[in-house]
Amino acid sequence: MTRLTRRAAVAGGAALLLAAPAAPRAQGTARLLVIGGGFGGASAARYARLAHPGLQVTLVEPLARFVTCPYGNLLLGGFRGIGDITHSYDGLRARGVTVVHDRAEAIDAPAKRVRLRGGQILPYDKLILAPGIAIRWGALEGYDEAAAEMMPHAWMPGDGSQTLLLRRQLEAMPDGGTVGFAIPDNPFRCPPGPYERISMVAAYLKRHKPRSKILALDAKQAFSKQGLFQDGWKALYGEMVEWVPGNRDGKVVRVDPRDRVLESEFGVRHKVDVANVIPPQSAARIVTASDLAEPNGWARVNTATFASVVAPDIHIVGDANNGAPMPKSGYVANSTAKQAVASAVAALRGQAPPEAVYFNTCYSHVGEDYGISVVGIFRPGPNNTFVEVPNSGGVSPRGDLPDQRRLEAQYADAWYASITRDMFG
Amino acid sequence: MMARHIRVGMALAAAVMAGGVAPAAAQGAAASLAAQGCLGCHGPNGEGQDAIPGIAGRPAAGTEAALKAFRANERPGTIMGRIARGYTDAEIAAVAAFFATQPR
Repeated sequence: MTRLTRRAAVAGGAALLLAAPAAPRAQGTARLLVIGGGFGGASAARYARLAHPGLQVTLVEPLARFVTCPYGNLLLGGFRGIGDITHSYDGLRARGVTVVHDRAEAIDAPAKRVRLRGGQILPYDKLILAPGIAIRWGALEGYDEAAAEMMPHAWMPGDGSQTLLLRRQLEAMPDGGTVGFAIPDNPFRCPPGPYERISMVAAYLKRHKPRSKILALDAKQAFSKQGLFQDGWKALYGEMVEWVPGNRDGKVVRVDPRDRVLESEFGVRHKVDVANVIPPQSAARIVTASDLAEPNGWARVNTATFASVVAPDIHIVGDANNGAPMPKSGYVANSTAKQAVASAVAALRGQAPPEAVYFNTCYSHVGEDYGISVVGIFRPGPNNTFVEVPNSGGVSPRGDLPDQRRLEAQYADAWYASITRDMFG
Repeated sequence: MMARHIRVGMALAAAVMAGGVAPAAAQGAAASLAAQGCLGCHGPNGEGQDAIPGIAGRPAAGTEAALKAFRANERPGTIMGRIARGYTDAEIAAVAAFFATQPR
């Protein structure tokens, strides 16, 4: 071959060296440890292997399979089965991610290592922490883990048992019964989630138990995509759904699981036949136990890199961080996880983080063929804030728009397939 | 002769680079983060998904024009106008250039 060819090949080799992350130690590749295998963690692990193949990526996740929160509401409506929303980690393994099924117990930030419940110690150069939420047991009087077996939250799917329990309770309820919802104040996981759930439960009841009612007791005065949801409820379900805002005594402060009572701030006891209690939440325990959370229960991060403001080698993504005004959504977790990985790699190389733009698209099914959406595009703002790009994003238009609703239901289904492939594929 | 060697050399270099990050480069994971934002709906490679159209392998000029038309509210759509209004000209150009290089 000619000199020119060899020179070009050498140039290619040099580009390769540049592409590989600088090893922080004398030998070996940089170690990226990811805790949590959901929308943040799985997206981070997959993106890290694809964009930075020199990285050694380990994912720690207690469960062998991941059941998504998104589309769990369609299971409640009878439109999906548990298998449709359950995902394996085999695709990530095939991409070279080391998947460890154990629970992260403790983070030693100065020593940069994590201890697992099984005793294993995992060292890291950069940690992506995406453990999701914890339920603040006891924040609602009477709502503890035993109560959740009678009044499911179905807000942390785990192995799917909470979602399936709620579905069985709906199936067992007689026609003419009342399904009660207790909905928390902001911030919480998936702002439109409770209202999509109301919609899907209404779809099930309309088809199978049309004399039944839904009583939605809300701590808030307003909610995500409110006008669109309420238009849809009226159009599809008539008077089935009664939503009670916080300023009309909608806030539930106490529950009695044995008698299936949701009790309001002013002492009104609402007896229902099935109760879905969506309780107040905080970042997952590993975040609070590692002193990475603020007193409000959520982790504060650098808005350009997602590095914890108290531990620069720990990037916290997904629902555990304090990302407002970004919603705690799967799409935000996916989008910001990529920026966190890119920033972690840049820091290992001694480079500045890449320019950031964060993205959210949340579809909700109001009916099986009736979809609505919200879009948000965000950037890092002054004083370590997140700022929504002015005049962008927003919700679907209101009005009698059957084509838009039908298309958005189809796009919602395609969104679910795409984003789960971008996590696990 | 010389020119041909240069072409071969460049192709080789490209192959070496692609090999080093394969199959990543082909799948575009190193895309600008602006383009990464599209994948959650349009598929991990922009290839499309069911009712959501593919955007991979389209000439950059066409994609750029479409995004700018969505942004200016001159092209009907359910959601793309709301999205495109969040992006700068430079990001739109980067997104269009990236997907043009992806296999359809």
